[in-house]
Amino acid sequence: MLRELFPNVVIEDLKVAANETFYMTGISVLGTLIIGILLGLMLFLTDRQGKTYKILNFITATIVNVFRAIPFIILILLLFPFTDWLMGTIRGPKAALPALIIGAAPFYARLVEIALKEVDKGVVEAARAMGAKTRHIIFKVLLPESMPALISGITVTAINLISYTAMAGAIGAGGLGDLAYRKGFQAWDFDVVFACTILIVIIVFIFQFIGDFLSKKIDKR
Amino acid sequence: MISIKNLSKIYKSKDKMDVTAVDNLNLSINKGEIFGVIGYSGAGKSTFIRLLNRLEEPTGGEIVMDNKDMTSLNNQSLRNERQKIGMIFQHFNLLWSRTVFDNIAFPLEIAGVAKDERKDKVNELIQLVGLTGRENYYPSQLSGGQKQRVGIARALANDPKVLLCDEATSALDPQTTDDILDLLVNINRKLGLTIIVITHEMHVIKKICQRVAVMDNGKVIEQGEVLDVFMHPKEKTTRRFVQQVMGDQEEQSPIHYFVKNYQSGKVLRLHFVGETANQALISKLVKTFNVEINILQGNITQTKDGAYGTLYVHMDGNKEEIQNAIHYIHQTSVELEVEDHA
Repeated sequence: MLRELFPNVVIEDLKVAANETFYMTGISVLGTLIIGILLGLMLFLTDRQGKTYKILNFITATIVNVFRAIPFIILILLLFPFTDWLMGTIRGPKAALPALIIGAAPFYARLVEIALKEVDKGVVEAARAMGAKTRHIIFKVLLPESMPALISGITVTAINLISYTAMAGAIGAGGLGDLAYRKGFQAWDFDVVFACTILIVIIVFIFQFIGDFLSKKIDKR
Repeated sequence: MISIKNLSKIYKSKDKMDVTAVDNLNLSINKGEIFGVIGYSGAGKSTFIRLLNRLEEPTGGEIVMDNKDMTSLNNQSLRNERQKIGMIFQHFNLLWSRTVFDNIAFPLEIAGVAKDERKDKVNELIQLVGLTGRENYYPSQLSGGQKQRVGIARALANDPKVLLCDEATSALDPQTTDDILDLLVNINRKLGLTIIVITHEMHVIKKICQRVAVMDNGKVIEQGEVLDVFMHPKEKTTRRFVQQVMGDQEEQSPIHYFVKNYQSGKVLRLHFVGETANQALISKLVKTFNVEINILQGNITQTKDGAYGTLYVHMDGNKEEIQNAIHYIHQTSVELEVEDHA
């Protein structure tokens, strides 16, 4: 029956494409998590009185805002020379990673900043009163206390990233987006588009489920 | 132990007037005492306590704690010094992400104490504050009083010499407040810890403090032994605080009304000041002398150093017996005034 519904779908192609999408999403989520948290911490920690802080905050905020403003499809094109230099290629799933991470990290950085601002000021004050260093405050207070928000933030970002991979696919990065575009749109086999859609929705659901589960489990408030 | 000279904190503001939160404050706090600072909100007491461990940087003045000038410490020595100053808060400020055990272990982690040693110390503290069996609870599973116990255990983890209490009982119900205050007194005795208590409740002062400073507008307007301040409040603000626990003497039904109504006998005003010996005075009078005593109105409150308060009684009987009874009262430490018939 599946054969009848999807006459043009080659299972092997679908498997490869799904794997590529998983690969791109997985690695770029990891990269976004690290860079986003670093940028978010920068934004949060430099938001105070003092000239040096003001300058650092301005620079970080500018980087974040500029990269958030560029539409993703243009960002990929803009980053072609950089990607070529960094990855040695501009085609395939690997080549999509720099653009995915640079595109998503600034967005996540803002979510991280919001999450950190939600941490109870009194708890930070208590830590300072105990003689905590900035390092202690970051790793023992700010990050653990904002963890549920950090997780739900990365879940939202990961789902954005899945749709970014599909866009990147359209200009040769591989994955389900690529498959849907080439086989479905260019060859006009609409059943392939449909099959890709189903798979992407399933992947999104998986990420959402994992994110919700972790965020809930970790929240002891 | 702690001497504070000309301490001040001014919040500069560009568009508005500068705010002087603490204004040229001088205090000295003895080793091992429980010292209270009372004031209404906005009096500057919260800023004051934060200046002591430099959570707020002083604008001017000097804080010497255990022969160490706190105001001149660099960042590293300040952090080390802070480990020796415990602090508890009105809203407890526990980490929700950590269990009771891990919350108490937190300051030990900061101080770099080894894991085994941490475990022993935390277990000891859990016992001290009476939270045995709750080690693995999260703060959200505890009541307010239990949370403050965790806060106290946490504050004591690095064996501090001073404990700062910032409105530590203001978020608790009266019964829990008393339990926490008892715990603080207990710790003060057991560990010989100096405790500084910031509060707006006179009840807290009278229950645990030996000395008190009254703050208003960033200044200490009155200070001394708690009992002295209770007895002879000089400033209006202080009188209002004393009324918190004593009720307003002047607003109660005028005593002259009673005086007028009695044709015979005498109306006496008995003043108990830090009384411990003469609490059974009335029954002693009735047994010893052939007089009848009718209590008209009274207000006695227990402080750390004994009873304080006023009692109005009407004494009737033959003149000689009354005179003898009055003479007897004069020999005790209870102060006596005879109200004239109006």
